[in-house]
Amino acid sequence: MLNWFPENVSSFGGDIDSLFYLILYITGAWFLLTEGLILFFLVRYRRREGRRVTYYHGNNLKQAAWILIPGLIVLLLDLWVDFRGAEVWAKIKGHMPASDLRIQVTGKQFNWEIVYPGPDGKLGTADDLQMDNELHIPAGKVVRVVLKSKDVIHSFFLPNLRFKQDAVPGREIEAWFQATKPGRFEMPCSELCGFGHSGMGGQLFVHTPEEYEKWVREHWPEK
Amino acid sequence: MKIFSTDHKTIAKQYLTLGLFWAIVGGLTSYLIRWQVAYPDTEAPGWGFIAPDFYNMLVTMHGTIMVFFVAMPILLATFGNFLIPLMIGARDMAFPRLNRLSVWVFALASLVLLLSFFVPGGAASAGWTGYPPLSANATYTGVNWGLNLWLVALALEFVSFLMGGINFLTTTINLRAPGMTFFRLPLIVWMQITAAVLFMLSVGPLIAGAVMLLLDRVAGTTFYLPEGGGEPLLWQHLFWFFGHPEVYVIFLPGLGIVLEIMPVFSRKPIFGYRPIIYSTIAAGMLSFVVWAHHQFLSGMDPRLAMPFSITTILISVPFALIVFAMIATLWRASISFSTPMLFAIGTLSIFIIGGLTGIFNGSAPVDIYIHGTYFVVAHFHFTLFSATFFAGFAGITYWFPKMFGRMMNETLGKIHFWLTLIFFNAVFIPMHFVGLGGMMRRIANPMQYEFLQPLQPTNVFITLAAVLLIVGQIPFVVNFFWSLFRGRVAERNPWQANTLEWSAGSPPPHGNFERVPVVYRSPYEYSSPEVVEDWLPQDRPPEPSTAARQ
Repeated sequence: MLNWFPENVSSFGGDIDSLFYLILYITGAWFLLTEGLILFFLVRYRRREGRRVTYYHGNNLKQAAWILIPGLIVLLLDLWVDFRGAEVWAKIKGHMPASDLRIQVTGKQFNWEIVYPGPDGKLGTADDLQMDNELHIPAGKVVRVVLKSKDVIHSFFLPNLRFKQDAVPGREIEAWFQATKPGRFEMPCSELCGFGHSGMGGQLFVHTPEEYEKWVREHWPEK
Repeated sequence: MKIFSTDHKTIAKQYLTLGLFWAIVGGLTSYLIRWQVAYPDTEAPGWGFIAPDFYNMLVTMHGTIMVFFVAMPILLATFGNFLIPLMIGARDMAFPRLNRLSVWVFALASLVLLLSFFVPGGAASAGWTGYPPLSANATYTGVNWGLNLWLVALALEFVSFLMGGINFLTTTINLRAPGMTFFRLPLIVWMQITAAVLFMLSVGPLIAGAVMLLLDRVAGTTFYLPEGGGEPLLWQHLFWFFGHPEVYVIFLPGLGIVLEIMPVFSRKPIFGYRPIIYSTIAAGMLSFVVWAHHQFLSGMDPRLAMPFSITTILISVPFALIVFAMIATLWRASISFSTPMLFAIGTLSIFIIGGLTGIFNGSAPVDIYIHGTYFVVAHFHFTLFSATFFAGFAGITYWFPKMFGRMMNETLGKIHFWLTLIFFNAVFIPMHFVGLGGMMRRIANPMQYEFLQPLQPTNVFITLAAVLLIVGQIPFVVNFFWSLFRGRVAERNPWQANTLEWSAGSPPPHGNFERVPVVYRSPYEYSSPEVVEDWLPQDRPPEPSTAARQ
């Protein structure tokens, strides 16, 4: 199978991707079946001299069964996608795992203001540190983000973490993700936010635990 | 032809003219959008440099124009106005002067929208969905009057289509010819009145929302501005409560066109007339409880997502039934491939893809990743392009003889079809993959992001295909105008179809029918065993039975 997605480094990314492929296989089968039947009928039943059409209106239940039974199969497959989707949604958005790392991300035209809580682990204290468009996190650890916006709606998109959440002015939206693998990734804005929307983004640095310790010591040397 | 006419056929042609004019403007915007994406910050041939704020204006106006000023006037207003009175055997709409008012209010809306391009600051650039606060305060976009006029144009257009909807409903309920029961109505009439009901029930909240947005902009209120205690999400709920039914307002008439054309060129009754009607009504009702699927990540309570996800995915059931019914219609038929039929089959086969990709978007967890990407753009072009253009061209080529009294050229029609089919797919199939690669909508320059740079060759390919798709419309324009003046003169019933409009002259005179037709049967009696010919018009009196003749 072709892989269109960017590399997945998210603890829940595999669930999203596998749900995508489940839907792809189901819809792919319907695609082949319906389009194949259309093509076959177009060729097989093209106009020819002397052919008499089968007069068949499909209005009684017996005839309509030809579409009702496939419709029932569609319904069952829908429910499969729904139930599997509900599981994955509950895992990602339905609960908030505990974490001692809470980072504030504020969208503004056209930057992400990232505020780190510092050694005390609390936002809004003197040891907070602000960096624009740079998010440093350790791999293998749940990270909670508090999303805010200073002006218009932005959307915080981490493609490799399969994470996206709008940042809405007047609200504090809390969300989480967990990176599984170190690396440098991007974090664009995915909601139209003005003339600088294109280009708004930043770098996401996922560090190994040792590197992350080093990064923390560099920025909060008194610790 | 009188310009200020109350004749429903003239009004239909006026809507068609305006819709086709806007289609050209909308096509131009898509060319500029695609040029900028493929070759960022270079001069677009024939235009010039595209600045980022101009780019935002382009995507905003492209959506606004195509949905509200092309799809609505062509699918709903043109075909609804032209066909409803003719198909139900009426002499005109129930309120002809209200009808005239509706088209002129729409012309005014068009004028206001056109003006908005030329005011200082340019036209609206906050996205066709106009999410506040971006749209609520001129400082965020630098667009002041452009966005005010955009709101005024939309409000006027809604007023126009409300009047149209009232007319569609009243006419269908009250002016049906003798014998034309509800279950003898052609399916497109069912689709049109369902669309009218959906529109009338859903547009109220949006008009209220638009007024509040306008007040935020010009009167200093803060309905959507949090600094004054407002709530940006309120707009999203009002917009999408309208927005999702609106999709079916556009789509159902398109589907109706296909449902009219298929039996004629298959010489077979449509399969499952009643199941199709029930499915249409079910889909229409479901469309009122799916709107928040646009907002899974908007900051609304995440517990709301799954209920909306489930209703959204369930909407596949009624549409699947309609698709299966269409396919079953082709079974053991006698299919001829005239241009209208080619476009009708094209609509069906493309809509299937658009419907299937809707499941991905409707599934809330998958939406986390694909929301706001080109996957969504590809999805809704498969549904709305198929309805607006494929079904629209099917309808224009099929009813052209009735509208203008002349036949269109088949060769040009077929060239146009194949060019449109091939290049449509060349544009929008790769767009899914670009979206899965993570490319966001509405970004002017994908090269600004490292992870999108490998997708750039695909973007260039899409743009070249899009240019060819636009060029591929030239045969249609040539065919349209050539046939208008030089086409073969059409007889009353060139397709040997059953519905009542074909009993009237081509084109029908003011008042439509020499005498009001009497309806004896359902609209799709093709290849009926009762008669020797393979068609049986709705208004042909039943012959004495063969037994009686012998």
